[in-house]
Amino acid sequence: MLGDLGTAGLVAGLLAAPLAALLWLRVALAGAPARPARLASVGALLAAVTACAVLEAALLGHDFSVRFVAENGGRHVPLYYAVTSLWSAMDGSLLLWLLVLAGYGALFARGRPDRLRACAMVVISVVTTFFFALSTFAANPFRAVHPVPPDGPGPNPLLQEHAAMGVHPPLLYAGYLGMVVPFALALAAPLAGPDGRDWLRLARPWALVAWTTLTAGIVLGAWWSYAVLGWGGYWAWDPVENASLLPWLTTTALLHTSLGGGRGRERWNSVLACAGFLLVLLGTFLTRSGAVASVHAFTESPLGPLLLGFVLLAVLATTVLTGPRQPPPARPGVPLWSRPTAVLVNTVLLVTVAAVVLIGTVLPLIAEPVTGTRASVGPGYYHRTAVPLAVVVLLLAGLPPALRVRDRAGVLRRLALPGAAALATVAAVGLLSRPGAAALTAFGAAAFVLTGLLTAPGVPTTAGLRRSRRRAATLGHAGLALLAVGVAASATYARVDERTLRVGETIRVGDVAARLESVQRAAPGGRMTVRARLVVSSGGHSHLAAPVLRYDPARDMAVTVPAIDAGTRRDVYLTLLAVAADGGSASVRLAVNPLVGLIWAGGAVGTAAGLLALSDTVRARRVRRPHPTGRRVPVAAGASP
Amino acid sequence: MIRRPGRLALVAVLLAGGALLVTGALRDTLTYYRTPGEVLADPDAARERVRLGGEVVPGSVRRDGEVVLFRLADSGHEVAVRQSGMPPETFREGEDAVVEGRLGVDGVFDAEHVVVRHGNEYRPAPPPAEPADAR
Repeated sequence: MLGDLGTAGLVAGLLAAPLAALLWLRVALAGAPARPARLASVGALLAAVTACAVLEAALLGHDFSVRFVAENGGRHVPLYYAVTSLWSAMDGSLLLWLLVLAGYGALFARGRPDRLRACAMVVISVVTTFFFALSTFAANPFRAVHPVPPDGPGPNPLLQEHAAMGVHPPLLYAGYLGMVVPFALALAAPLAGPDGRDWLRLARPWALVAWTTLTAGIVLGAWWSYAVLGWGGYWAWDPVENASLLPWLTTTALLHTSLGGGRGRERWNSVLACAGFLLVLLGTFLTRSGAVASVHAFTESPLGPLLLGFVLLAVLATTVLTGPRQPPPARPGVPLWSRPTAVLVNTVLLVTVAAVVLIGTVLPLIAEPVTGTRASVGPGYYHRTAVPLAVVVLLLAGLPPALRVRDRAGVLRRLALPGAAALATVAAVGLLSRPGAAALTAFGAAAFVLTGLLTAPGVPTTAGLRRSRRRAATLGHAGLALLAVGVAASATYARVDERTLRVGETIRVGDVAARLESVQRAAPGGRMTVRARLVVSSGGHSHLAAPVLRYDPARDMAVTVPAIDAGTRRDVYLTLLAVAADGGSASVRLAVNPLVGLIWAGGAVGTAAGLLALSDTVRARRVRRPHPTGRRVPVAAGASP
Repeated sequence: MIRRPGRLALVAVLLAGGALLVTGALRDTLTYYRTPGEVLADPDAARERVRLGGEVVPGSVRRDGEVVLFRLADSGHEVAVRQSGMPPETFREGEDAVVEGRLGVDGVFDAEHVVVRHGNEYRPAPPPAEPADAR
């Protein structure tokens, strides 16, 4: 019953989305009134809302006649994780995807319906149509199950361990799909005639929304991975993680090239706006087709060919629409020591990092048919390519305060103090310990950035629009520097040991000692839980830690939940790896991870910077609105067809 | 700004540098997958770091202090594996497993770690951060 209602919702969306595309096309071509088109876009959103609501109702009401509930629901699942199980597996998460996508469409449809917006809405509606079709035909979660099972296995036990499950995926999706608006605007600009010139001004706030939510989503995902997966890390260069990093890199570049109206960088703006969403689509293909993640091709997903086809189609459409252009008119020369040069170098570097990560991610996929052997690219590849480039990007983030002056001597004078701070840091850290070259440069670069930001004249005094823009950039760059210090320190100075302990024995890492007190087994609700109790002592203080190992028979899967004592200076991270059958001994992993907290702090600061930039942009619009014919940012001379 | 020919040269230099960086970095970070049959047929290919996948032969798992010994089998071929340290809890006899390491001179495969098994997919030890697809 519920299943039929849900399928009806999907079918309604499958009708509303192409209808919206046609109606917006009429608005664009014939100047027809926008109201029916808007209603169709809202209709697509309502259809997605219905589908999500029905699946939530089925999950909460334990309606196991619905396939997705039979596969991912369960009577034992707590309320919170029953709600989040909507996005705990592929078919349900596609519904959330649709909801966010249709939401962006309906929001963007609200503005002034000029030709540019209408053309962009056609693009968004076509994308929405594709995902409705995908959900309806290839991954319909509402199919009926016969006979109806009495209970389900519940979502993957890993996804029932941390509250971030409720926030991280929706934030990621908000980030991914927010990029559809800049993408659609970049595609629409060459078609929209004179209206098209304004596309970047319209696209920037949406790019900011996407960037901010994606930043928060990625860092939250790293935190979750650190707190749940028990291996002590937060980033593994896994294809799924890379898929989220790629659009983040290109959108970061876009936010820089579009500064000051993006004058002189028309081509870059258009390419980066398109690249962001194309990489999102590619990432969707990589992670949802089973192409990369599964080493042994156990799961053949029917979505693979469809998604790949759509990615190729989107690339083709982008190339055709934005490719051939008149060369932009000649520009007056720009001094070498200036912000445009720094932005250009930064963009080239960010795009190179993205290219390098992309190659490492898709190489196994391409190598298999070509060489006939399966292969995987290890983290070492990224450490040698992406990491050094990222350190250079970090160094560039220290330049903006110095580049506010125009002459070379002035720039150099302003760089003297940060440069000295960086060299002092490198010398001090290098003498006290022996980190690798990458970590050492990262510390130096972070010192360079932070000193530059803190000693810049006018920080943090007078308000005013221009200055508050700088405030957001300053905050963002500071967040990046904090994050870099956290990553470099935890990667370099983390110390780990693994041992099998009998009760009463002790494992030591540095000045931290953990003594095994007891191992307890319990089986509440069919899930076997083993809890080890250890007394952790360091420097005269001691506390009790209780890492857990859970076995879920319904999924035949074990989850190890670490006990983390998070401090400002360092985290003490205890994982229970295995226990002996008699309960007399346990294998334990003890790690001391310094300055991990800075990573989360850096992420939070970065997210705050995004929000600040967004609020500044919105306020700037409000200030400008009373004079609609007044100061318009002249954009994209090369964007006209 | 830089003039057009100069810009083209700059792009060419950047591309060449990027290609050099990538191929250099791939040199010994690429790990190949081998089956027990392939390792037995061509032992030299497994002297470099590879991943070996197969079924953990029932009854073959022995613990010797901190070292675990077992055999991996695939379509009739078997390779002995030596793994130091505790294999993860998901590692069981009769189940499929993937180990990463290299073939020792004594014909025993020295595993550095067992790649964790997830649902019915293999993934490198740390599973991905995105939950939606971790089925």
